[in-house]
Amino acid sequence: MPLFVDFIQEHAEADLVPWECQVEAARRYGLTIAEAEEAILRLELLPARYQRNRAMLTTAQQLRLFRSRVAVVGCGGLGGYVIEELARLGVGTIVAIDPDIFVEHNLNRQLYSSPRLLGASKVEAAAARIEEINPAVTLIPRQEMLTTDTGRELLHGSRVAVDALDSIAARLELAEVCDAMGLPLVHGAIGGWYGQVFTQLPGQKTLQRLYADLRDGRGVEKQLGNPSFTPAVVASMEVAEVCKVLLALGTRLSSRKLTINLLDMETEEIAL
Amino acid sequence: MNITVKLFATFRTGRFDIETRTYPEGTTVGDVVRELNLSEKELGIMLVNSRHVKLDHRLGEGDTLSLFPLLGGG
Repeated sequence: MPLFVDFIQEHAEADLVPWECQVEAARRYGLTIAEAEEAILRLELLPARYQRNRAMLTTAQQLRLFRSRVAVVGCGGLGGYVIEELARLGVGTIVAIDPDIFVEHNLNRQLYSSPRLLGASKVEAAAARIEEINPAVTLIPRQEMLTTDTGRELLHGSRVAVDALDSIAARLELAEVCDAMGLPLVHGAIGGWYGQVFTQLPGQKTLQRLYADLRDGRGVEKQLGNPSFTPAVVASMEVAEVCKVLLALGTRLSSRKLTINLLDMETEEIAL
Repeated sequence: MNITVKLFATFRTGRFDIETRTYPEGTTVGDVVRELNLSEKELGIMLVNSRHVKLDHRLGEGDTLSLFPLLGGG
């Protein structure tokens, strides 16, 4: 039998390795799909599924994403889109954290909800979806609430946490844990036509400063609910921030908050 | 004194986007919030001339006050 490297190089088209070759290599050499993906990237070859990333990301950066673990805290409106985009981008390990099951009022916006899955665990639905769309990505489902007690264990090993929660109080707990662990936190929140995004680096305590007195506040979402499009917009901005934090690219939304008004199509940047 | 008040998101509904309004000396951010019948529970960020302030901040001639509602959904 040829060596793994020879098998891959024989089947690669220029530096792109087709999916069926990755699957066959994994079978022949007793690897998982994820192990085969890492081995391909280490050879400075690119799984062909990522070929439309390549003008933006080098193969070395794709390998860095693959070796990264990102925690997504909350798997509802924002979280579903965040997980989908991280997995398609090629982030290797995603920890999905949410205690909830799907209920009917989730169906207007939550990407992984469907009538068939009413009553099913949100994180298990996310795991099934990721297995289907990118089997090289490991999704670790954690059907529980992140608190200051459980947070350290849930976020252990992650390089970034994504705030996709739905309450101020829960966000403050997440922010506290991230700060104690020295983890960057990408924050997003939505309500009706409106959204906001920022990235909080360790020590900045942005969420704590902005929201410490607003723990019991009443957000716009309590009045307006949330439609299908606002979570998709804000989740996409959060994933762009995660990508930049993982790869040290571009200019992050830190020390400033972007607010988005989809009703009047306005954005506002607020210095923090 | 003249204060430019900018409202964002749901605070605009039935009110205005931006208006220059006249208030007596010593008016605080909280006074404006109450005058506009905005719920304190729904208040997120309050800025005066782009600086973060609290409800007890006293306004000055020519200040721009921006009021954003709280967003907490996900």
